[in-house]
Amino acid sequence: MHRPGSGRRPWTFYALAAFFGLYVLFLYGPMSAIFILSFQGPTGGLTFPMNGVSLHWFGALFGQQRTGDFAGSFTRSILLAVIVLSITVAASVMAGLAFRRRFLGSTLVFYMAIFSLIIPGLLLGLGVGLMFQFLGIKPAWYSSALGAQLTWTLPFGLLIMFAVFSRFNPFYEEAARDLGAGYGQTLWNVVLPILLPGIIAVALFGFTLSYDEFPRTLIPIGSRNTLPLEIWAMTTNVTSPALYALGTLTTAVSFVVIAVALTSIALIQRRRTRRGTRTDAGD
Amino acid sequence: MTRLHHLLAAPLACLLLVFFGVPLVLVVTVSFFDFDQFDIIPTFVLTNYLELFGSSLTYSLYANTVKYAVIVWTLTLVIGFTVSYFLVFHVRPFLLQLALFLVCTVPFWTSNVIRMISWIPFLGRNGIFNQSLIALGIVDQPLEFLLFSDFAVVIAYVHLFSLFMIVPIFNSMARIDPAVIEAAVDAGAGRFRVIREIVVPLSKTGIAMGSIFVVALVMGDFFVVKIMSGGQSASVVLAMSNEIAVLQYPPAAASAVVLLLVVTAMVVGILRIVDVRRELAG
Repeated sequence: MHRPGSGRRPWTFYALAAFFGLYVLFLYGPMSAIFILSFQGPTGGLTFPMNGVSLHWFGALFGQQRTGDFAGSFTRSILLAVIVLSITVAASVMAGLAFRRRFLGSTLVFYMAIFSLIIPGLLLGLGVGLMFQFLGIKPAWYSSALGAQLTWTLPFGLLIMFAVFSRFNPFYEEAARDLGAGYGQTLWNVVLPILLPGIIAVALFGFTLSYDEFPRTLIPIGSRNTLPLEIWAMTTNVTSPALYALGTLTTAVSFVVIAVALTSIALIQRRRTRRGTRTDAGD
Repeated sequence: MTRLHHLLAAPLACLLLVFFGVPLVLVVTVSFFDFDQFDIIPTFVLTNYLELFGSSLTYSLYANTVKYAVIVWTLTLVIGFTVSYFLVFHVRPFLLQLALFLVCTVPFWTSNVIRMISWIPFLGRNGIFNQSLIALGIVDQPLEFLLFSDFAVVIAYVHLFSLFMIVPIFNSMARIDPAVIEAAVDAGAGRFRVIREIVVPLSKTGIAMGSIFVVALVMGDFFVVKIMSGGQSASVVLAMSNEIAVLQYPPAAASAVVLLLVVTAMVVGILRIVDVRRELAG
């Protein structure tokens, strides 16, 4: 065991650091390979060596013959992700507030959320598809697929809110009430601002999990695909670096979203530390 | 106050009820329906289940899927525990710890399909791994078993799902009071004894959560098996998806119900050992 401040590092530190390094390489190595390969020359293949460097395969994505409807599916995916994000944030924050205390049915809702998370995605999609079939409603990305995705993002939102509230110090809330603030005022002016970093984390999960979701969306999507479903179709019939180009583009979008979310969390925390008000106290 | 709590929980509860509860009931119902070439016939038959349990294919699919689940669970547990242990107990200052933790979690927010297919140029016959091995003179012929094999399936699973083990274990370990460990070390406990008697027991919520995720994800997978085995292997859900593709919903639903019972039994088994709810929300 490494004791903080005990000076020399034990051999286990180096062994574990090496293990960690290998794991990171394992995590990012293959991904970086396809990013490089997406810049293959026009005659390049699916693996190294590179036959020149070009943007040919990115261009091919926007050509009609390559994918069915790249621009349309991309737009739908972004829109759907924003809708999922909004609903997930609102419902999870509210449920998080509710779950600070046991209420009648809280255990039931908790287990429903857990099982909604671990149910095989395709199976959930089958159920949602059947429901729309029986109701006689045509499945679409903004109805059935939206619902199917929420069964994936809401439980994550709830679990994150649990983690956020476990670090939340209720003294701030009590202080606000003692000073005469009502429930709504306390919530809006005290609780939610303190929770903001956690809420941004829920939003990040809501957006990215929806944007990349496909097992649950596959059956209830209706006639117009989202981007991950286009990619899934491509994996089985496209054998050119265009697939990698699409992978690079969609991952770049994810990275931008992640960067925006993490930067805003970091900025909020830094502002708080600078002001000397460690409002996220508890740790 | 309780009424307010019900109101606050209502949107989440209703959404889950409509899009998880009702569909689940429908899947169970349809599993007892009959079907012909064109349509499903609402009636009550047990043929879907009888055919499912009467087919030796079912058992070999389950054997294969459980085999993947056990291998992947073991590997991700070792990785999850080791990585979290390193980050929590060996990395200082806190900001570096957080940065390295984020390095582990960022891929989680990107596309699973893309991360999976990124192994194809890596493991292929003329892939980066084989080219490196040949260049280094370790082998003369490219290794054939790397891609489109059980090996590739397991690699992809570990790559996609190890984060689900790291995050909850890290979360549990980060909450261990350093004073407890200090006390144990002062009392003369070696590092392995500290791990066995303090770190492991206090990380058990995280280990349980991670195990639930990994087992459920592997048991419910169809796309990794389909692509990475190159059609040479199958899983329960892959067989189910083939039935859905030809619109045979009732047998697919029966297969779904059985799978769900198996996964639920596994999860309940894990929850029996660790009361996750109490440790999470309590």
